[in-house]
Amino acid sequence: MTVDTLLSARGLRLSFGAIPALAGVDVDLWPGEILAVVGESGSGKTTLLNVLCGRLAPDGGAVWYRDPSGRLADVHAMPAPTLRQLHRSDWGFVRQDPRESLRMGVSAGGNVGERLMAAGARHYGQIRATATEWLMRVEIDPARIDDLPRSFSGGMLQRLQIARTLATHPRLVFMDEPTGGLDVSVQARLLDLIRGLVRDLGIASVLVTHDLAVARLLAQRIAVMQRGLVVETGLTDQVLDDPRHPYTQLLVSSVLQA
Amino acid sequence: MKGYNFAYLDEQTKRMIRRAILKAVAIPGHQIPFGAREMPLPYGWGTGGIQVTAAILGADDVLKVIDQGADDTTNAVSIRRFFAATAGVRTTTRTAEASVIQTRHRIPETPLTEAQILVYQVPQPEPLYRLEPSRSETTQMHALADYGAMHVKLYEDIARWGQVAISYDYPVMVAGRYLTSPSPIPAFDNPKLHRMPALQLFGAGREKRIYAIPPYTDVRSLDFDDHPFAPPHARGACALCGATDAYLDEVVIDDRGRRMFVCSDTDHCATRRDAGHLGAEGVAP
Amino acid sequence: MPPVMLRTEALTKGFTLHLQGGLHIPVLGGIALAVAAGECVALGGPSGAGKSTLLRCLYGTYRTEGGRILVRHRGAFLDLAAADPRAILAVRAETLGYVSQFLRVVPRVPAVTIVAEAAIARGMAAEAAREHAAALLLRLGVPSRLHGLPPATFSGGEQQRVNLARGFIADHPILLLDEPTASLDAANRDAVLGLIREAKARGAAIVTIMHDTAARDAVADRLFPVPPLQDAA
Repeated sequence: MTVDTLLSARGLRLSFGAIPALAGVDVDLWPGEILAVVGESGSGKTTLLNVLCGRLAPDGGAVWYRDPSGRLADVHAMPAPTLRQLHRSDWGFVRQDPRESLRMGVSAGGNVGERLMAAGARHYGQIRATATEWLMRVEIDPARIDDLPRSFSGGMLQRLQIARTLATHPRLVFMDEPTGGLDVSVQARLLDLIRGLVRDLGIASVLVTHDLAVARLLAQRIAVMQRGLVVETGLTDQVLDDPRHPYTQLLVSSVLQA
Repeated sequence: MKGYNFAYLDEQTKRMIRRAILKAVAIPGHQIPFGAREMPLPYGWGTGGIQVTAAILGADDVLKVIDQGADDTTNAVSIRRFFAATAGVRTTTRTAEASVIQTRHRIPETPLTEAQILVYQVPQPEPLYRLEPSRSETTQMHALADYGAMHVKLYEDIARWGQVAISYDYPVMVAGRYLTSPSPIPAFDNPKLHRMPALQLFGAGREKRIYAIPPYTDVRSLDFDDHPFAPPHARGACALCGATDAYLDEVVIDDRGRRMFVCSDTDHCATRRDAGHLGAEGVAP
Repeated sequence: MPPVMLRTEALTKGFTLHLQGGLHIPVLGGIALAVAAGECVALGGPSGAGKSTLLRCLYGTYRTEGGRILVRHRGAFLDLAAADPRAILAVRAETLGYVSQFLRVVPRVPAVTIVAEAAIARGMAAEAAREHAAALLLRLGVPSRLHGLPPATFSGGEQQRVNLARGFIADHPILLLDEPTASLDAANRDAVLGLIREAKARGAAIVTIMHDTAARDAVADRLFPVPPLQDAA
């Protein structure tokens, strides 16, 4: 941990019955940086994400977050209101299935506006203007601001989720397979969009993905997980171009080259 | 009346309800669970209000009961008779004379005083009920004052209809802390909740919740800076007393669609006519 | 004597192939290379000797097995072989430029933006960076009509020139060039050689791999032979 580490986890352990989902994991994240957590299904990467963001309590270990005033806070020791406040302002969470985080019965504008209103925005005109601006940023026609997400395509839903998440300018965004269920052509557009937004806003992110190409495009650093352990970490090009752990070598060599 | 305890409920039950009321007064707008009893009237007819009234009624009290503002509807008449029979208290239709007023869906037009208590019959105490069906989730939202979702509802209304389309049970923030359902009173009555000199008690029998707004508590109707809360007014005057500043019911008077407006508060209307105010079709009582 | 910008000490690199029973292939052993400011060193040696491996070690992509890679960064030597990832990123942003053989295409980003981003990352103002990028692309024979298009659909040569523009725009004090003139016609090759000469003139230390001996002789000050390790063993 250094003086400017944004998020830091040490010795995270969590078992589901006899299965260790996390078997002693350390993570450090600095401001403005994207860390990709890769590995196959069941390697513990989504569990790690849920523990890092405070949704799931670990059996052992701790997660520290440095708030905007520079103080370090133990994520799992903070009171529920503080954690929820973090989740609706300083942090964001982008899920693989946008239907889990969007309100499907609320218009696109209302979805983007919710976090703003939760953060205290009380001017309808400004909320609407901000929502319009965000829809344009994620390439959704602002004329659809009053449409229900039901009528949106999968790619549009995911972009709407991103607009909703980023509208309050979070410093840290957790992403769980953000391009998971999408067509390849839609994926490229989304990746490029995330890449641009994250860079322009200086957002730090922990990105869980099983797709090494996604990690290569978005992340500065990679952590490779296998059976609840981080078996290799390093710069993205180091891990993908010079994999050293047997599991990483297997993972890299298993990717189809287009 | 023989065979019954004073005001129907046994003393232990009344104590339990009073404890809930004290708690509710201590935490304005917060819903307190209580062990609601079976009452000799069906749910939806005021089982919550009647238990609160029973718990606070004393032998010297003067009781008024209104339903939608009227003293002469079945529900109001029955409850008034019920307490006349089981507690032997005096009853009245005059707002100014009553010390306890049990109401369904209205606040009297006559301003209330510190000497009075207003008891509301509440069908659904949870203001977030339509947005979030899970009780445990709404409890958390209240605990964390996480009311963004309610504003989303208002936002959606303005986006769709150009204004907030809630004409009754319009959500309020009590003492700047708890989002509260004002029971289904018309939004027209919401301004009367704010800093009212009388104690306001809310009882929900089926949902087994009691909450309160103590005297002179700030009660703000949710709104946006650029779409301030604006209670709707009927476009007309009471046909009987000529009032334009009271809450008016629209009544269809024949099979050709003719209609008229009359005061919903029957005591208010009669008092005005007594004082010589007459509307287009009004006659002195 | 111009100062040494990049120096390796006893640099050793091999690969352990776990998928083939842990087979270890040594590639580089005891490499001692020093490059001074304004100097261009071409890596020599037969194909497979490890020229590209050495270049990737110098950039920090390949993690070494032994030895040090000293890079003059912010006025002091920093050992890239022992640096943490964030330090390596800082070195790459400010000090160490790399032009790979192939452009890794970013979907939907226009060519001029890809080039300008490299300059913005080193602190150039966005508007100035775009103008500079456009000029550099023109100089490398990428016509204006292509500047606003993403390079995914460009020919191999065009992509390589976008890649070169991106490598040269940031004026890094140290440049690593992997076959910068391959797949270019004579005119564009001369443009690249011109850029290398200018970089040397402003004091850049350059390490390059060039199979085209004529081009190599035109810019390289000396040849550094990378000894084939397997033969030596």
